[in-house]
Amino acid sequence: MRTSALTAAWLVAMRDLRLAFRKPSQLLQPLMFFMIVATLFPLSLTPEMSRLRDAAPGVLWVGALLSSLLALEFLFREDAMDGTLEQFALSGQSLTWMLFAKTCTHWLITGVPLALIAPVAAAALGVPGEAMPGVVASLALGSFALSLVGAVGAGLTLGARRGGVLLSLLTLPLAVPILIFGARATELAITGGNLAPPLYLLGAIAVLGVTLAPLAAAAAVRIGLE
Amino acid sequence: MATWTWFHRLASPPHVYAFAQRWTKWFGGAAALAMLVALYGGLVMAPPDYQQKDAFRMVYIHAPAAWLSLMIYTTMAVAAAVGLIWRMKVAHAAAAACAPVGAWFTVVALGTGMLWGKPMWGAYWVWDPRLTSELILLFLYLGYMGLRAGIEDPVKADKASAVLAVVGVVNVPIIKYSVEWWNSLHQTPTVMQMGKPKMDGDMLWPLLLMFVAFALYFVAVLLTRLRAELLRRERNASWIREVLA
Repeated sequence: MRTSALTAAWLVAMRDLRLAFRKPSQLLQPLMFFMIVATLFPLSLTPEMSRLRDAAPGVLWVGALLSSLLALEFLFREDAMDGTLEQFALSGQSLTWMLFAKTCTHWLITGVPLALIAPVAAAALGVPGEAMPGVVASLALGSFALSLVGAVGAGLTLGARRGGVLLSLLTLPLAVPILIFGARATELAITGGNLAPPLYLLGAIAVLGVTLAPLAAAAAVRIGLE
Repeated sequence: MATWTWFHRLASPPHVYAFAQRWTKWFGGAAALAMLVALYGGLVMAPPDYQQKDAFRMVYIHAPAAWLSLMIYTTMAVAAAVGLIWRMKVAHAAAAACAPVGAWFTVVALGTGMLWGKPMWGAYWVWDPRLTSELILLFLYLGYMGLRAGIEDPVKADKASAVLAVVGVVNVPIIKYSVEWWNSLHQTPTVMQMGKPKMDGDMLWPLLLMFVAFALYFVAVLLTRLRAELLRRERNASWIREVLA
């Protein structure tokens, strides 16, 4: 019996989750990086809480963006090197669905933990407690959109030398709208404003990303495997 | 059927090479002529602006360069899409030839914008939405060229950069609107609102003519670069020997 595309995607997601939890250090690295970036800002700016609070949305989002770039390195590279992606492409299953599953899993193991530990960094930057749900929501939604955009970049740089620097050069301009709306939502959460509009826009970007990014990523990965 | 023959001929490198060789000088000549007339019209005939005096004349280089930077990105993405869909080698070569020209127009638009900003805004750089989105466009061009340079296999480089160009063109309007929205929230009072310029006819025609001149110049440069690209890619083909004999 032929496995359906959704079953195949589910199996890929489960495999990636199992692999991720066998190598917890890989999961922790981007999170540690994020916390270190968040620590460097008070040291370089000021220890004064009121000024740090003004800078907090920017610090949190730049930190999240950089740590998501770091994590993108793990998305396809290992599977491309040991031939797993090639087997995916040859399996006759929809590569688009399988890569979408990989991207969602990647978000679950990098973006969601980052959004969950962000309140610690935010509190250290003087963000009040009642703003935390907004901080978590904006980072969770934004990191999903970042994973989708990043999947295209990671697929495109599979065949390239010096993939890491190139990946940031490709991904960062495309991530500008996510950064703008995400940081705006976080800022509104901190100042107590209505953060629904930027969150809706982030959601719209994520929906567009879900629609188009897996197709582009599959095309990119196929090119990289040729 | 007849309507498709020109399209099929576009796919043939020798035909495109001959076409480019024949037409480069015409496009270049027309561009030079239009540029001279537009420069005279813009720098001599057009009256000085009542507010910006002679400084407004920067617009004759700045605005056409900015328009071209966007137009070339679109051209590049269309060529890349044609290359992906119909597997046309010439289209990939054209996309590759577009990128550096577009990047330079972006640099010119940014540079003249900064020179214009100094007397008008009192600073070389302000986070104006147009300047910012132009800067991001430059990063998109650099990413495209970086990806092309980073992949050794030319066929892979063509396809991968084509996917990037298409993804980028979907993103350009989103980036543009998000940057405008971002700026309207953090608008600094020093930034002068330009609004929709109600331009006098004497000021407007040199601007439009300069735009035509820049576009013609782009075509001339594109055809030259395309010939170089084709020579490099087809260096082992037999038609090259006949052309260069």
